[in-house]
Amino acid sequence: MDLSTINPALLVASLMISATPILLAALGETIVEKSGVLNLGVEGMMIIGAVVGLFASIHFSNPYLGFVFAAIFASIFSGIFGIMVLYFKSNQVATGLGLTLVGLGLSSLIGEFLGSQKTELLEPVYFPFLSDLKFIGPMFFNHDILLYFSILLTLILYIFLKFSRAGMILRAVGENHDAAHALGYNVQLVRMLAIMFGGACSGLGGAYISLVRVPQWTDGLTAGTGWIALAIVVFSNWNTSKVILGAYLFGGITVLQLNLQAAGVKIPVEVLSMSPYLVTICVLVFISVNGKNSSPGSLGKTFHT
Amino acid sequence: MKIRKLFSATMASLALGLSTSFAADTKVGFVYVGPINDGGWTQIHHENALVMKEYFGDQVEMVYQENVPEGADSERVMTQMALSGADLIFTTSYGYMDPTINVAKKFPKVKFEHATGFKRSENVSTYSARFYEGRAIQGHIAGRMTKSNIIGYIASVPIPEVVRGINSAYIHAKKVNPDVEFKIIWIYTWLDPAKEADAATALIEQGADVILQHTDTTAPHAAAAKAGNVITFGQAADMADFGPKPRVSSIIDDWAPYYIARTQAVIDGSWESVDTWHGIGDQMVGIGEISSAVPVDVKIEALALKFRLASGDYHPFTGPLKKQDGSAWLGDGEVANDGDLAGMFFYVEGINGDIPQ
Repeated sequence: MDLSTINPALLVASLMISATPILLAALGETIVEKSGVLNLGVEGMMIIGAVVGLFASIHFSNPYLGFVFAAIFASIFSGIFGIMVLYFKSNQVATGLGLTLVGLGLSSLIGEFLGSQKTELLEPVYFPFLSDLKFIGPMFFNHDILLYFSILLTLILYIFLKFSRAGMILRAVGENHDAAHALGYNVQLVRMLAIMFGGACSGLGGAYISLVRVPQWTDGLTAGTGWIALAIVVFSNWNTSKVILGAYLFGGITVLQLNLQAAGVKIPVEVLSMSPYLVTICVLVFISVNGKNSSPGSLGKTFHT
Repeated sequence: MKIRKLFSATMASLALGLSTSFAADTKVGFVYVGPINDGGWTQIHHENALVMKEYFGDQVEMVYQENVPEGADSERVMTQMALSGADLIFTTSYGYMDPTINVAKKFPKVKFEHATGFKRSENVSTYSARFYEGRAIQGHIAGRMTKSNIIGYIASVPIPEVVRGINSAYIHAKKVNPDVEFKIIWIYTWLDPAKEADAATALIEQGADVILQHTDTTAPHAAAAKAGNVITFGQAADMADFGPKPRVSSIIDDWAPYYIARTQAVIDGSWESVDTWHGIGDQMVGIGEISSAVPVDVKIEALALKFRLASGDYHPFTGPLKKQDGSAWLGDGEVANDGDLAGMFFYVEGINGDIPQ
């Protein structure tokens, strides 16, 4: 065993990359669930974002536009789910699962046109002074803009939910939609906006896989990341600060265990392989066990006016 | 009157249509573990299946199911195919082994062909390719080309076929470069692009400048291309889109002659349960073009090795070889037999780490 072959700077840098898709999708889903809607279509929206993002990036030779298109299309895609569950009162669980299935199928159809074309890559953001620092520089200050955006978004959403009036309305709608309705808030509109925001975030997360993490298209590219994001939302008790912890923990241990294997650590590979799931669940359950259960009161319930 | 005429005409054409579509009296099914456009393992199986279909034309009807998980789901898919009248079913992943045997028991008249497994019965054949011959060539090129002397290996599922590939590549890399070291990552799946890319990245970050893969997609090539100055090898398919660098060569599976021969056997009624294991010599394993990124002398050595393997003049597992624990395995000049190879579940001397049990 030779741990010195692991370069901590590169390790931290790649764990941040591997955590970002999960973080983006989980943040979006937190907002959706806080509004009282359970959207199990995260995987489908992510993969639509992944394929559309790559398509647009190749077409315009601009990965940034790729992300914009990914967000827009995944948002429209989630809007279909929104219309179904909000206005046609369909069952949220079934519709969400349907969204995943449609997303997987549609993405593989669009993917037919992509083949193995390559995309241009995002440029790292340059921070004067910070990026040139030894060790710290390549670790934290040599990433693409989306990664910093995802961290900033965590902070913004935390403040939004906790302190802003709009955030409180969103939470009220999710907590008790009848009461929110009686107070004169437009439950359907709030939920529709939340769903579309969640779709856009998932789309960005998916595009991060196809444009940064892998960079190319393969059928079934997201391979379950959406489900991990969904689980992290629940285990982190619908709290964005714990969502980021969960996402980084999962992404981090995924990358760490690969590095430990390569370094020849004497831990059975089976244990290493299951460690991301195990550790993430244990840690999040442990830190959530004493707090109050903040599952939104109206989560998954259909609103009838 | 007119309507009746039209109706009968429609019926007639419908009947005609039916008769042509049912003219095929042999139905061949394929069960795939991944999508048919994965750029690797499954895509090659599918393309070869299409070659078989093209060869027989209307004589054969071909059906397939992609993305079938190994396990209970695959049993359902096979049962469905058998019920819908398939005469011959190819199950193209190691994990379909027990399901294939189970379903075959229920349909004694249907013939089954399981790829890369070792369990056979009256109506189940097995077929595989001697991928380890191709691995020997990859190991040779890798050993000659690495600057860091670290070769990364993305291993999929711990089964003898994968272990054999690692050993063969290691032996031949070591032969040309005694300082070479293998770093092996097991990802426990045949196909997960993000994980494959992460594994490749982890290996590259730990100094590997050659990545060998035993997984199904081109994601490791994309990761290598992103990292720069790393070489890779196409797996199952040529993956030529990533040439001339990172992809410098490849192992290409060629199943078409086998698919044609076995389908013909079913048509003729001469099908028997057999165990087929063909290599470079029988052209089931092809070596993709060695690209311009490989120095000419290395390319010549690699091609010479290929011809020696093809003629049977040289066996990749020729002694003296020791097992990882230092115990003797093959004596000087001794060649491993097929039984040993089929069940190989140990590393050869020099490889670090353990095989997951």
